[in-house]
Order: sequence, then structure tokens, then C-alpha cells
Amino acid sequence: MEKCDVLVIGAGPGGLAAAKGAKEAGAERVVVLERDSCAGGILNQCIHDGFGLIRYHDQLTGPEYAIRAEKEAIEAGAEILTGHQVIRISDKREVKAASREGLKTFQTGAVILATGCRERTRGAISIPGSRPAGVFTAGVVQNFVNVRNIMPGKRVVILGSGDIGMIMARRLTLEGADVKAVVEILPEPAGLARNVVQCLYDYNIPLLCSHTVSRIIGERKLKAVEISGVGPDRKPVSGTEETVECDALVLSVGLIPENEIAGTAGVRLDEKTNGTMTDEYMRTSVPGIFSCGNSHRIMDLADFVSQQGELAGKNAAAYLKGTEMRPWDGARSARLKKGYPLPGTVTCTLCPNGCQIRWDGKGYDGNKCPRGAGFAEQERTAPKRMLTTTVRTKDGKLLPVRTDKAVDKKKLFTIMGCMRQVHPAMPVKCGEEIFRFADVSVISTANMV
Amino acid sequence: MNQSDVIVIGAGGVGCAIARELSRYKITVTVIEKECDVAAGTSGRNSAVVHAGFNNRTGSLMARLCVEGNKGFEAVCEELGVPFRNTGKILVAFDEEDMKILEGIVAQGEQNECEGLRLMGREELRRVVPGVDGIGGMYSPHTSIFDPFSYCIALAENAAANGVIFQFNSEVTAVEKTEDGFCITAGGKTYRSRILINSAGLYSDRISEMAGVPGYRIYPCRGEYFILDKVAGELLDIPVYPAPKPGIGGLGVHLTPTIDRNIIIGPSAEYTGDKGDCSCTQETMDRLFAEARALLPSIERRYIIGNYAGIRAKQAPPGEGGFRDFVVKEEESCPGLINLIGIESPGLTASMPIARMVRDLVGNRMDLEEKDGFNPAREAPVRFRDLTEEEQARLIETDPEYGEIICRCQKVTKREIRNAIENPLGARSISAIKYRAWATTGRCNGGYCLTRIVDMLTQEYGMRPEEVTWRGPGSAMFSGEVK
Repeated sequence: MEKCDVLVIGAGPGGLAAAKGAKEAGAERVVVLERDSCAGGILNQCIHDGFGLIRYHDQLTGPEYAIRAEKEAIEAGAEILTGHQVIRISDKREVKAASREGLKTFQTGAVILATGCRERTRGAISIPGSRPAGVFTAGVVQNFVNVRNIMPGKRVVILGSGDIGMIMARRLTLEGADVKAVVEILPEPAGLARNVVQCLYDYNIPLLCSHTVSRIIGERKLKAVEISGVGPDRKPVSGTEETVECDALVLSVGLIPENEIAGTAGVRLDEKTNGTMTDEYMRTSVPGIFSCGNSHRIMDLADFVSQQGELAGKNAAAYLKGTEMRPWDGARSARLKKGYPLPGTVTCTLCPNGCQIRWDGKGYDGNKCPRGAGFAEQERTAPKRMLTTTVRTKDGKLLPVRTDKAVDKKKLFTIMGCMRQVHPAMPVKCGEEIFRFADVSVISTANMV
Repeated sequence: MNQSDVIVIGAGGVGCAIARELSRYKITVTVIEKECDVAAGTSGRNSAVVHAGFNNRTGSLMARLCVEGNKGFEAVCEELGVPFRNTGKILVAFDEEDMKILEGIVAQGEQNECEGLRLMGREELRRVVPGVDGIGGMYSPHTSIFDPFSYCIALAENAAANGVIFQFNSEVTAVEKTEDGFCITAGGKTYRSRILINSAGLYSDRISEMAGVPGYRIYPCRGEYFILDKVAGELLDIPVYPAPKPGIGGLGVHLTPTIDRNIIIGPSAEYTGDKGDCSCTQETMDRLFAEARALLPSIERRYIIGNYAGIRAKQAPPGEGGFRDFVVKEEESCPGLINLIGIESPGLTASMPIARMVRDLVGNRMDLEEKDGFNPAREAPVRFRDLTEEEQARLIETDPEYGEIICRCQKVTKREIRNAIENPLGARSISAIKYRAWATTGRCNGGYCLTRIVDMLTQEYGMRPEEVTWRGPGSAMFSGEVK
């Protein structure tokens, strides 16, 4: 039996920040249990940039964000135990976890659930048709493509225009796949306007709103999907069917809070969302158990998850000491521009806000920060983008990399092509230069041994 | 050239049971299967119920073999380490007409020698299945549930351990009657045998015709299903069926708890004309759900985690309906050909008695002398999730891979995945692993574990990404490496 004051379940952005928060607020022993072999959670496969602008005032990729968050937790004094899968939480807040070392029991003062979310699946949305190979969720594809060096297919249809769906449309295109369409059942794209621009418009990927995949075709291997227009009831309209040949269907149809472990402790869940029910202090229905991030409610940005995690950590420490807790201050996504970009504007892609900037012939309007004007000016004259991708290391692994600055949009595929020839030897540190293309430096975004 | 005393075509439940039954004797047996694994057809796509035998026409082979199969089923499962649970079963009457139908079923069941059938009133119905709102019902104590994949796998593994050879990915393309037996072409190879057992399920009509016995015809009749989350499993611990309406060609849409505490809704019954089309359709899915809710109103859409369809091998043509008995016989016009035709439900329940019938038919043709070393037992694979914490802790001490949970929904460990990958039949596809270890079957549909399973296959078993298949040749999971 091990003892700790605060036990955090999950070492994604929420859990790492919670551990930091708990430690900083005075909890003695803080332990994070992570089932994967490293900390960072889903951030490790999110090799694109756009993270950290709020929390770190810096433009980071997922792996870079993970490194910072882990470093903060460790520097604050938290212990992170990887390879530990929590099996259950008992009514005495004893947490049982399986690992290669055996079944361990942790006697805890407080528990923070930071278990993240899972993807809604084909099974859950009941797409008609057969059950062939080639149907994946977007997160699984992201993991295969960005971490495991495995390509799901060459001709891809994406169902759902959430951010992950659009980001994977771009990612698969950069890696040579033909993305036939992103299909969205709603009349507007579901993700950020910024991603509509930089993931779809930049690559001329067709976006079909008010459409859905009405049938999956192919007995053993996916051969095609049938795409139909939908009516106001979101049901396919007969007569609008079109068959699109493809060998991969990627589903980005929603995220569901992951609360299997919460359930074992009897934590009350929202029947509609499966998220934990908490008060403003992130306390669940079970005394001493807190919840944060996507296990509580699906959030648009990892930055928000970290903020809420840190608060939950601080409050868990306060709960143990009997001191005052601080409330979560609510809606943060209001500033983010979602859906189609406004006509006649430039969508700023520098941060998730996605300001819709207008040029009136004299100056710019609509940008919430001064950088927006510069971006809009550049976008009108010589558009540039950050490039995030991977390189294959000498020993066959994938190393996430990015350009050190935004590069000419027209050169993206040229740089991609050059990077195919680069096979760095390990070890590599995050920030290390891997390759140079004219004045552009391509740098590693992860530590790899 | 492969020369055997007996060739069995088809590794469904019946083919595997026959193989296992014949492995008791000093004869050589080869099973030829077109798919990459056992239970790839109807045997793996059904309600997973051990039927009691009251639904089948009195005096029929179906009724007799079903009742006999039911009586011995638990013992076979015990012997082979197959998950089995005696749940009983309820048929629900919603009106007086239904009650009359149920009375008829009890009478038929008693004639079939099904024991313990009885009618129940509204009060008792509510007590046994809270939430089901009928005016009464019928209770069958001997109906049970089991894992049909595990059943077929166990039979085949036990048969293989006792000397039977399994040839997968081998579709039969020609059957030639020779002077002393048969010459069979399958998967580009030639096989010879004295006796040919046609246990090809949906394709048994075609095989029979290849062997020179035309005249049978199988009409594929599709049944679609939903699978519900374990959260819903708490709503029901006994299969619930509606009183069967005459002429629907099935037992009606029912709710069946599974061994792993999910609930299955289904099946529908649609003649499709296509033996390979296991698609689900919007209209049928909508209807299934509506009918399931009529039985148990507390079921909700959000409980759905998957769907699938199976195909019944019906002898009755569409529109005609009517009862058609199992055909289990040696063909007079083709000595040595043992045909099994129209083995639809309750074929799995009846599989052992069918196998014994086939054994007797084989025995008419050749001496069946029992082997000395026949081992009827097969050890059940470890199921980490079903063990006590003390047992789990001990297991991890013996092998740390039991401490690595790969499939979090079903709590399947890395060692269990390894056991599945290294299965004695040599089936190596994602579905072969799925049906052995039960990974990817949970609510996340493999969102977490699929990547880890593929890691093992590519890093530890030397497969290239494009060699990983969903269920054998022609079902590649991936196009290759990214770079």
C-alpha cells in the first residue's frame, strides 16, 4: 500500500497541470498515474502547432507543450508513474492500478480525474453498410500517421469537420494522400475557422456541409462511401447519393468524456455528455474526488484543460488543508471563431481566436491584437504557414519536427519532399535543428533517445 | 497433395464440432475453410444463445438435435474452457393472442421433451425482468448464453491438438468424385479424401452441386444486430424475446445479454439474395431499435456501441416461408458425400449431436477405432478481467505482461493479446485477435488498443503494416508506412 496526498489519474495536459497545482498549493506527496509509457497523453500525437498561446504565450506543437507541462509538474515536485493503468477507485478513495510491477494500491487524500476523452465511433453513430477494413477514427489515424509511421490509406474521405478531422485532412494531404472530401452533417464546419482556412482551403480540400456518409461499401476492404445531402432533420435525402471511391474513411464525429474509472468510484456523470458532474470548484459528487479537462467537459483547447487542471489541483490541496478553494470562471471558448470564415475577410491563423480581419483600403479592422494586422498584410501579399510534420530517424522511428518560422505557402510540399530524404540519428533534443532549407530551419519538437 | 480419410469443408461451429468428434478416432481429418479463421460466417454472427428446443417442429431433426445439444452443452463448454452461462429465457406476451401462441409453444416444447417450460403472469414477468411490460410470458429454464467465437475456436484447437489439420484461406473451387473418394481443389491446392463432409453453411448448396448432387438451394436471409454498452447490460440478465409471430422467418427481434454483459438487439430477417452481404441498413436499424424499445423501454440510443449482421442459411425461399428441416445425410447418388444443408438456428446448439450423427455416417463407411491418446480437454485461456485481484496480482508476478492493460474497455492485458496472436490455429488477423482476446470489442471500438496491437504485430512478429489484415487476404488494414 502506497500513500499520497493527491493522486492524479492521467498525465495529459489536465493531469500534469493538476499535479503542478496541487504541489504548488502545498500538497505533500502528489503522484500522477499514466497508463502510457510516457507523459503527455494525446499531446504526443498532436504534432501540429497552435498550443500554448494562452498558457505559455508561445506558439507550440503538442509534443512541445507536453514537454513543458511535464517539466513543470516534475519541478513542482510531483511524481509521474507511467505504465500504470488504474483499475478502480474504492469507496475509501483507495486507488488500484495495474502495472508490470504488480497490482498497486494507493491510499489517497484526494483524487483528481484527468482521464481525458475518447472518440465517438462508427459503432456509436451506426453508419449503414458493411464493416470492412479501412474505417478509423481521426485520433487513431493521427496516432498511426504521426507516431507509428503507418498510413491508413491513399484515398481518404473524412466524416466530421471538428478540429481533429480538419487537421488530419491537412496532415494526410501533406503525406501524399488524396483527401477526397471533408463531409459535415451540419450546415457549418464544426471546428475553428482558422482550421477551415489553414487545413482545408490551403490545400483545396472540398468541404461538404449539410452532407453525410450514408453508406459504407466494401465487403472486406473499404471500396467506397456513399455521400448524401441531408435535410433539416439531418437525415440523408434520397436522390442526392453520390459514390466516392476511397480506401480509408476517417471519422471525426465527436469526443466523449472518458469516465470508466470515475464510474467505479460512483462519481455522478452527466447522462447526456458522459462528463463528470462537478461544482465550480471541480468537486465531483464523491467527497475528495475532483475532475478536470475533457473528462469533465470536452474543451476546445489544451490550454483551457491545463488551466482547469491546475485549478483542480490547487483545490484538491486546499480540500486537504481545509483552506478556501477558488471557483472555475466558466466559458472561455466564446472568443474562438468557429465555422466558415466571414466572406471578405482574412482569417488570422496565428492563434485559435481566428480573428476575421477586414481591409478597408487604408487599414485593418477586426483583429484583437496588433499581430493580426501584420498577418493580414502578409496574407494579402505572400501568405506563409508554419509547417509541422515528422522525419524518419535512422532507426526507423518518427520524430516530430516544425519549421522555426512560417514559410512561403507555395514551398510547403517542396520542404516536405526534402524532409523525406533526411534521417537524423538519435538522440535528439527538442529544439535541435534537424535540417536547413535556405533560411528555414527545421527543428525537432520532441526529445528522443 | 494432401490425402486424408475425411475432409470437412467449412470451419463454422458445425464443421469444427465434426472435426473435434472425428479426432477421437484413428483416421486422418482435414478441415478446409475459405476464410482466415473459424467462425467467420454465420457461426460468428448470431445471438449467441443455446436454445432449449421448444421452437422447432415436433418430430423434426431440428427439434431432436437441439434438445439433445442443449442437454450436453454446458458439459462441452466446461471441457473446452468456453464461457457459458445458464440464464433461462423469457418470451413476452403483449396481448391475449400472444398468450395463445405461448401456450402452443409450451405444448410443442413439452412434446419435444424440453423440460421446465411454464407460463407466467404479469406479476411474475415484472419481477423476473423489471422494465418489460407485457401481460404475461413464458419461462424456459434451460436456455443459456455462450461465446460462439470461443466455442468454435476451442473445438478447432482441441481437434487440432488431437491431430486434425486446418487449412485456412482455402476456398473450394472444384470437387471431383473419384473411384475411391473425392479430389478437391481449394486455394490452388489439391486434396484427396475418402469421405467428404459438406459443412459449408451458406455455400453448402454450391459444394453439393460441385460434388455432383444438385438440387439444394440456400436462400440467404440476413439478420441485423445492435450491440449495447455494458452500461445497458445492467438492465437485463436474461434473454427476452417477443412471442413469435407466425411467418416471420425468425424468432423476432429480441434482447440477449452476452457473456461479457453487453446486450445484443436483433436480429431482423431480410432475404437479400447475396450470401456475402453483411451490411446493415438504415431502415432495419431504425426498426430494430423501435422493436427493442417496445420490449424494454429503458433502452437508449446512446447505449449503442456497434452493429453487425449475420446471414441465415435458409432452405425456404423468400415469400414462401414454412418449416424446412436440417439435412444431415450421406447422398445415395454420391457415396461418401455427407451433406449438411440448411443448418441455420439452432445449428450451434445442435452442433455436437450433428457431429455425432455425422460420425455414425462416417462409421458406416470406415472403421472408427478410438485413439489412445485422445485428449478431450482444452485449457481455457486466461481472462484477466474475470479474476479476483489476488489472482490478478499472482499472474502479474508470473509474467509482467499481465500487468500491461492494452484494451482498457475490456481490461485485456498484453499477455492475453500475445496468447491470441500465438494461437495454435495460426490465424493472424485483427479479428482473430479480437475474437480470442476480446480486445477492441468495447465502447471505444479499439481506439486505444488497436495501435498497441498493431505495434506488437509489426515490432515483435515482423509483419509489415500492409500485411496486417482485418480478416485475412483482401482486407488490409493499412496502405503501408508513411515514410
